[in-house]
Amino acid sequence: MATSTDNIEQLANQDYKYGFVTDIDAEAVPPGLNEEIIRIISAKKGEPEWLLEWRLKAFRVWQTMTEPQWHNVHFPPVDFQDIIYYSAPKQKPKLESLDDLDPEIKATFDKLGVPIEEQKMMAGVAVDAVFDSVSVATTFKDKLADLGIVFCSFSEAVRDHPDLVRKYLGSVVPASDNFYAALNSAVFSDGSFAYIPKGVKCPMELSTYFRINAAQTGQFERTLLVADEGATVSYLEGCTAPMRDENQLHAAVVELVALDDATIKYSTVQNWYPGDKDGKGGIYNFVTKRGKASTNAKITWTQVETGSAITWKYPSCILQGDNAVGEFYSVAVTNNHQQADTGTKMLHLGKNTRSTIVSKGISAGKGQNTYRGLVRIGKNAKGARNFSQCDSLLIGDKCGAHTFPYLEVRNTSSQVEHEASTSKIGEDQIFYCRQRGLSTEDAVNMIVNGFCKEVFRELPMEFAVEAQKLLGVSLEGSVG
Amino acid sequence: MTTLAPTEAYADAFEAVRRTAAAPDGIVDLRRRAFERFTALGMPTTRLEAWRFTNVAPIANTAFTLAVPAEREAAKADTAPHALGLGAGLTFINGRYVAPASDVSALPAGVEVLSLADVLASDGNETRAAVEAHLATGAGIENEAFTALNTALLHDGAVVRVPANTVVEQPIQLLFVTSPPPGGEPVMTHPRVLLVVGENAQVRVVESYGGGDSPYLTNTVTEVVAGPSAVVDHYKLVRESPSGYHIGAMHVRLDRAANFSSHAVTLGGAIVRNDAQALLDGEGVECTLNGLYLANGRRLVDNHTTIHHAQPHCSSHELYKGILDGEAHAVFNGKIIVAIDAQKTDAKQTNKALLLSEDAQINTKPELEIFADDVKCTHGATVGQLDEDALFYLRARGLGLEQARSVLIHAFAGDLLNHIAIEPIRDQLDVLLLAQLPGSGGGSFHVAG
Repeated sequence: MATSTDNIEQLANQDYKYGFVTDIDAEAVPPGLNEEIIRIISAKKGEPEWLLEWRLKAFRVWQTMTEPQWHNVHFPPVDFQDIIYYSAPKQKPKLESLDDLDPEIKATFDKLGVPIEEQKMMAGVAVDAVFDSVSVATTFKDKLADLGIVFCSFSEAVRDHPDLVRKYLGSVVPASDNFYAALNSAVFSDGSFAYIPKGVKCPMELSTYFRINAAQTGQFERTLLVADEGATVSYLEGCTAPMRDENQLHAAVVELVALDDATIKYSTVQNWYPGDKDGKGGIYNFVTKRGKASTNAKITWTQVETGSAITWKYPSCILQGDNAVGEFYSVAVTNNHQQADTGTKMLHLGKNTRSTIVSKGISAGKGQNTYRGLVRIGKNAKGARNFSQCDSLLIGDKCGAHTFPYLEVRNTSSQVEHEASTSKIGEDQIFYCRQRGLSTEDAVNMIVNGFCKEVFRELPMEFAVEAQKLLGVSLEGSVG
Repeated sequence: MTTLAPTEAYADAFEAVRRTAAAPDGIVDLRRRAFERFTALGMPTTRLEAWRFTNVAPIANTAFTLAVPAEREAAKADTAPHALGLGAGLTFINGRYVAPASDVSALPAGVEVLSLADVLASDGNETRAAVEAHLATGAGIENEAFTALNTALLHDGAVVRVPANTVVEQPIQLLFVTSPPPGGEPVMTHPRVLLVVGENAQVRVVESYGGGDSPYLTNTVTEVVAGPSAVVDHYKLVRESPSGYHIGAMHVRLDRAANFSSHAVTLGGAIVRNDAQALLDGEGVECTLNGLYLANGRRLVDNHTTIHHAQPHCSSHELYKGILDGEAHAVFNGKIIVAIDAQKTDAKQTNKALLLSEDAQINTKPELEIFADDVKCTHGATVGQLDEDALFYLRARGLGLEQARSVLIHAFAGDLLNHIAIEPIRDQLDVLLLAQLPGSGGGSFHVAG
């Protein structure tokens, strides 16, 4: 077992560890949303005309859409005119080195444990740190550039690689896809962009730390990952946000493009502010994540969702080419008043496409956890195969676990299996552990970690350790 | 014949029922409210989650008129294939009770098996009071348009009352047959079944539906109220003709330690929708919902089930199996709700579908909504084709491909038939199934056992 009880308690006794506000002067636009604001955002970022047009088109579509109501989460309506749609930390226009960075920002990163200065010395991880909406520093660029890999902030990509961005932006998640995706397309401020050229295996895990900072600023990240033919990449996304009383909206869009024979592994640990014990505050997390896999390509989504007051997120795979593979591994924890409605969509279009779904939901306190998934086997997806498993664990008698799997099969040569179970931690299991000298909390932690093992196994090592710790913290106070 | 808009046809039907079908004031008022509700709701569209995959446009766009009593000879021909020969039962032709074709004399004293129309038209006796007390308490008119329509046009159907501590050995068959008029204009019936079973009583009821070969709609609602420790076995056989539409809703309320099992077998009908809702409203209830559906051609079969665990210590089991061929489309939606205090719930749901043709399609959605922690709930759904290895095994032993397929399909369905406790039904279904299974050569090949 990786985490001892002491460790958990110590972690839990802290207030939300990342709940601090960095006092820097944010350059923000007035709250509200109209075409003028979009023009300002676009102008501030010095975007080309086509991108502004793309944003405006998305905005016009968004205006005709209404918020989705089908989800199994409840929250007061969001006033979209009361949100600041752009905020960039003021900084010197040009940085000679990391030392020129605003000391406040640097201090924040230190607290977050993003060791920018040590990055170059530390092996393996290149971090593109997104601080509020503008990427502040990108490291390891040179090393990646040698291989022809582009890994930069979205704005830089628009500036330096407009052809790539223009070709793939919106190709997986069109601007009109859904309410929040359209909103994001209209106002997205920044995000990450990566392009792995043909046949290149990315030598390190690409990683981004997102962070919401200025109060009342919705974050509208846009991530675009393109793996060209035969390329391989593993991408990590980790999130923390400062403590706030007002709900903050986060509507991100992530697009993955895996061309023929490419492999993309996208891992997320999401630990945003979940609100306090009474359900006050917390982040609203409405994310659209989707990948398109061409022939023989593989896309793996792994997520550990422990934060946010509301999580609304369905990382999906369009298995377009023959023999494409889609995988989804998820652990979602809801404690106190958290609500999660999460799952995946596997759209089988090509022949012999395969998908695996493993979803583990843990509800504690008054948390509500919903798995919602769709497996659609198209008419031409001969020999398609799907296996889904979604298990729920309930801790306490005031929480809920819900499962809404949709299976749509239009083909006889395909096999689709779905299994789901709901259970609690057995008295006998606890008793067994207690007998062997473990405390109740240790026992619960061990059982929960065992419950999630299948998913943790899929995480990159750094994340797996963090995820296990997070789980313990998230569930603190829910037992006994 | 003047063409009537569907809505006008329903209004005419409502008016006709209001004028001709005698009923106590409470029921008259219920019909009126139900019709208002139906008018407000309108026919369901695929925009509603519960009807997302089931397009009822062919029903909504047709002006059905209320079926009138049929010619005796024609009716006989339509009824004969559906009689199971169980010895006791009521027969309804075109939605109306036919006394000469019914016989319930063999049932124990105190057991009432009556025509709803007769009960409603009678003086204020005890039976009528009981019917009034139970009618529309389970099947709400608020949300389901078809249930509201049935209630608005409520005039005939079956009432089965079993007093406490009475065991009815003989299965009771309720046969509903539509015998469409010679002209072939679309007709509809709205049968209503009310089953009230007292404490410690036991009963087995078989509902059968069938009809002649011209467009018609059967929109039926069944309400079951089972008292403490009652044992109720319910069977529903849908064998509508290829031009018949069947919409059926069943609402079951189970009291403490009651034991209810339902077997819904769907073999016919152009569009069939079976809604089964069970409320486990006492501790220690045991509820089983099983179903088997066979669809070929361009047929659509939709099974929706909801099991609501409202009290602790209940268990439910659900097994639905489907065989799809041709361009058939099947929908399965199974929902299990475990209420906040329903600890120690044990719920198991399984849905398996076998696709035999390239053009068949299935949408399945097993749902769990759980608000209690000390529960065991599982659901599983599979969609697949015949096992290659099993086929190979049989062929290696000298069976032709068609025969081998037939054996495996039969075994797939047989799993469910084995749960059927009434032998005549099981045997007859076996024969029917074999006749209808693809590649079975019209039932010439029979597997023993």
